[in-house]
Order: sequence, then C-alpha cells, then structure tokens
Amino acid sequence: MDPANRPLSPHLQIYRPQITSVLSIVHRISGAGLGLGSLVLAYWLISVAAGPEPFDFAQHLVGSPGGILLLIGWTFGLLFHFCNGIRHLFWDAGYGYELSTTYVSGWVVIVVSVALTVGIWLSVLIAKGTP
Amino acid sequence: MVEFTLPKNSRIGVGTTHPAPENATNIRRFLVYRWSPDGGKNPSIDTYEIDMDACGPMVLDALIKIKNEIDPTLTFRRSCREGVCGSCAMNVDGTNTLACTKFTGEVKGDVKVYPLPHVPVVKDLVPDLSQLYAQYAAIKPWMETQSSPPDRERIQSQDERKELDGLYECVLCFCCSTSCPSYWWNSDRYLGPAVLLQAYRWISDSRDDATGDRLDELEDPFRLYRCHTIMNCTNTCPKNLNPAKAIGEIKKRLVERR
Repeated sequence: MDPANRPLSPHLQIYRPQITSVLSIVHRISGAGLGLGSLVLAYWLISVAAGPEPFDFAQHLVGSPGGILLLIGWTFGLLFHFCNGIRHLFWDAGYGYELSTTYVSGWVVIVVSVALTVGIWLSVLIAKGTP
Repeated sequence: MVEFTLPKNSRIGVGTTHPAPENATNIRRFLVYRWSPDGGKNPSIDTYEIDMDACGPMVLDALIKIKNEIDPTLTFRRSCREGVCGSCAMNVDGTNTLACTKFTGEVKGDVKVYPLPHVPVVKDLVPDLSQLYAQYAAIKPWMETQSSPPDRERIQSQDERKELDGLYECVLCFCCSTSCPSYWWNSDRYLGPAVLLQAYRWISDSRDDATGDRLDELEDPFRLYRCHTIMNCTNTCPKNLNPAKAIGEIKKRLVERR
C-alpha cells in the first residue's frame, strides 16, 4: 500500500465547535470585516470632502436598512475585536491561561460586546426617533 | 494550507450496521470510522448497536467488545487502559480524548468515534503519527549539558523540580496537536501544542544547559508563532495539562531575553 493514498482523517467536519475555537474564528472574521469597514469609512469621509451631492448619496446608502444592518455588524465586529483583543493582551502578558479563566473571560467578551452594541444602537435609534 | 474540505479519497460514505442481539434492552449506537488499505474504497461509518448491560463503562470497553464479539477487523491502538500510555487517543463525540478514560455515559445520543483529526489514516482508528514523532525529535527531548558528568545524579532543588509539574506528565497522545486548527493548516511547519509543551519542559529544566539554543530554534514565525491562543489544546487534553500556557511561557521567554 502506497502511504500517499492514505485518507486524511476528518477535522473541521467532525470537531465539536467550542467557545475556544469559535471565539478565535470570530476574532479572525471580525478583524477581516473591520478591514472592509475601514474602506467604507474612508468612502464616507471622502464623500464629505467631495461636496453636498456625493455626501447626500453616501448618507442615503449608509442610512438605508441594508446599510444600517451592515453598520450594526461593524459595530459588533469592532467591539468584539476590541474586547477579545484585550483578552489576547492578557494572554500575551502570561495571564488567564487556566481553562476556567478562559471560559469566564470568553463569556465576558461575548456579553460585553453584545451589550455595548445593543446600547450604542438603542441610543442611536432613540436619538434619531426624537429629533 | 487551509483546506476546509476533505480530499476526494478521504470523503466518508455509509458503512454497514451491526444490530444488537434481540434480547438486549440497554442499547447504545456506536458510529465508528472505518477505512482499510485493502480494496481501494473510501472511508465509511459503520454502526454497532451495543448492549450496554454486557459492556464496560468506557468507550474503549465498547471498542474491545466490538472487536472481540462483533467485528474482529476493527483496528485501533490500545495498551494500558488507564490513561498512562496514550495509545488509544481518538476523537470521541467531537473532541479528542483517550478512549480508555472516556465514559460512554458522558456522551449524549450516538457515540461517534473517529481517528485523531487531520492526520493520515493507517487503518480504521489508527492514525499515522510519524510527522508528530519527527517534530518531537526535532526539539531534542533530552538533557543537554556543558559540564562533565558528575559522580552522582544532577540534583535539583524542590522548587526547580516543581517547575516541571504540568509538563512531565504528558503521555504524547497528541490529542492536543490534532485538536488545533492552526496545526491542521500548518502541520508541515508549525510544531503544534504537544511538541511545544515538551520543548518548554526542557527549557524549564534547571539541569539543562541548552536553553538559549532551544529558544533560538523556536524563534520562528511558523514553528512557534502559528499558535494563536485558540486554546482547543488545553480544552481537550485528557491529562488536564495546559499546552497553551506552556506556549505562552515560551513566547514570554523570547521577549524577556531581548
């Protein structure tokens, strides 16, 4: 038997998602998403400089339901990446490696980033609703 | 390289079902990964219905029962059946563990048994660990000294000895390395948690004189720094060791010596 024909055992297909791996991949995805988001931010700033008409168009795009949905996504992405980034800084300094601590810090990151996202958007929508 | 799907020859088909004896009342279904180098077929999942009233409590007990009473072709490694040899490392219910210390009762629903993830399969639940052993050899897992041999043992203080706690207990089952997505995608260049834990075991040994060389060898974007603190390794270690922490300590040593 040629060892080259050996099958590769299944990995992603069968490995149970868990808070350790899920938060890690969300960190990666949110980081990539924020890269795209910074382009949108740059476009919005350029539209400000370009004059009233381009700015109105940008405002229209960003303020549309789809635009707001994306903005909420980017808000969560930013806050999650920020909170989990602090978690990574603790790890890099040598703290928080115990499994129980990792679970607690992971859940803290989830709760805080979701709460801040909800809080920010509630205050935005309330402010918008009462001009 | 990141490849989310399995190669063509590794995709898993449906296998055969072995029903439980008719008088059995306490039945658990074991779904077991099968592949044989003979016949040129793809891997498949065979289903074994086991009468738990006539079976020991551990997953390994069920596998041995299958091999003894139902299907002698089922192939797996096992030796000590008490978690000190590391032979029966496999993926049970979605996480890597030793089949001999994993209670079947801890698993909800069908008991899914696969080989350690993302390694070549020799047969059924037997993975080819050659690469992991080669990487282990690459970190020189032995004591390196400059001084001439003393007349007696090289002694340590109790505190120096304590530095090795949580490191020397590793049985090299490679549950951790094969649970690590970063190791899945970069096993050709990243050493992985098991080998890095052992690297740190020798770095922190007070009797070893090669600490600087060992750190030099590890200071590499791939060998060490493909660890992104995912922590699947620590989560899955059947000996409750902490490879992620050991890797963090190595990174800290590299910063401190600058």
